[in-house]
Amino acid sequence: MHLMHAILSPKGFNRFVSRWIGALWAVTLLMLVIGLPWALVVAPTDYQQGESYRIIFLHVPSAWLSLMGYTMLAGLGFVVLVWRVKLAEVMAEAIAPVGAAFTLLALVTGSLWGRPMWGTYWVWDARLTSELVLLFLYLGWMALSQAIEDRRAAAKACGVLALIGVVDIPIVHFSVEWWNTLHQGPTITRLDRPAMHLSMLAPLLWMYFALFTYAATVSLMRARDIWLEREANHPWVAELMRTGAVPGGPDSPARPGPPIAPRDLTAGA
Amino acid sequence: MRGEISTAREVLALLRRDLAVLGARPADLAQPWVLFLIVCTLFPLGASPSPALLAEIAPAVIWVGVLLTLLPAVEPLVRADLQDGTADRLLLSPAPLPLLMLAKAMVACLAVALPLMLIAPVAGWLFGLPWPAVTVLALCLLLGAPTLCLLGLAGAALVVGLPRGGLLLPLLLLPLLVPVLIFAAGAVRAAAHGFPAEPAIRMLAALALLALSLAPFAAAAALRLRGQAG
Repeated sequence: MHLMHAILSPKGFNRFVSRWIGALWAVTLLMLVIGLPWALVVAPTDYQQGESYRIIFLHVPSAWLSLMGYTMLAGLGFVVLVWRVKLAEVMAEAIAPVGAAFTLLALVTGSLWGRPMWGTYWVWDARLTSELVLLFLYLGWMALSQAIEDRRAAAKACGVLALIGVVDIPIVHFSVEWWNTLHQGPTITRLDRPAMHLSMLAPLLWMYFALFTYAATVSLMRARDIWLEREANHPWVAELMRTGAVPGGPDSPARPGPPIAPRDLTAGA
Repeated sequence: MRGEISTAREVLALLRRDLAVLGARPADLAQPWVLFLIVCTLFPLGASPSPALLAEIAPAVIWVGVLLTLLPAVEPLVRADLQDGTADRLLLSPAPLPLLMLAKAMVACLAVALPLMLIAPVAGWLFGLPWPAVTVLALCLLLGAPTLCLLGLAGAALVVGLPRGGLLLPLLLLPLLVPVLIFAAGAVRAAAHGFPAEPAIRMLAALALLALSLAPFAAAAALRLRGQAG
């Protein structure tokens, strides 16, 4: 219980993230240093697709993370609306752009993969299209968050939006599949391969955990900074800045000058 | 017992009041109408007047037109409520807020969706859709337009009054409304090609029921947030 409180408070969260962020980065880099050569060199070549299939080691984890990110936005939104936990507000704000980035990465890698496989960068394939809609959902969430000045009000409004969205995502996915099957255009059948061989599955799962660790690390860093920015007018942040523990503080050699502009100073309660 | 009576009264009073407000400015009701017709006119001008092409794209054009004109038309209904204090009155009302939002959605349907329901089949006919497709289009509007009104109300309650709120509403809602577009335009297209439209219409009805059961709660939650922030 004591530990929970230590992490849920802004000061405790800052201390927690600052203490562990180095270790998290080390784990992330280690996993990538092992995972990338494993996926891009060591894993066997696909007998149908040759070497170009290797992009799935980036593409599939990105797609998984993009879906997980939105699910987390909805979960955090629920926590924000029901229990008004500030950490959930901050984490949602931190996660959204990371999730959007992975959605974009999934789209870009998918289209790069499509060029050698399907002969074109973009087809209105059901999965590609629903991933594109997911990107729009992320962008809408971020646009709403940006549009509301009061951060707490923004978090609640975004929570409502994410909950509507998470109910809608399966329907969007299903309807897009339906649309594509109805359309009967030049059907690109998805490669109905038998279950993936372990020699490919293992690096795929490894890359997933590596990218997950990366996403978690970046999200935690973002959350710490968002919270510092929110609490910029509180004494504990001023204390951190004075001692130079926060970049941008007056004693910090990295960036002298005025402290971080507090975004929510002007906002009404 | 007395509570129930006052809830029913509250909802009826809200309906009567909203309809009176709408009736006082009938010219406003024509705006989505005209906008929809303009959007429909732009497509033959931009594409080509070839009847075969127009009949092919008609379901998509009409439904995109409905989506684009309906959402901005719902927004002012909510904006007026927030500006003149009606929203505060709704928040203080003893009646359940989702029920009141449902009543507001009904008013939005009458004010915005009904005119489009009347004009869109005419547009379909002008685009050269065969009769069965026009009938299906009318049926789809009957099911789809209320769904749009319900979700539009929830979305509008979230964004109305924000800076850049006008663009924000379609930005947030259009991706969520993709299923309505797919099933509604799909049904019309199937009917135009002589395929059964019933599966898509049933899906559209399912979406309408889902929106009917969930969207009033989302709209109520969004309005409560506005009440706290204001």
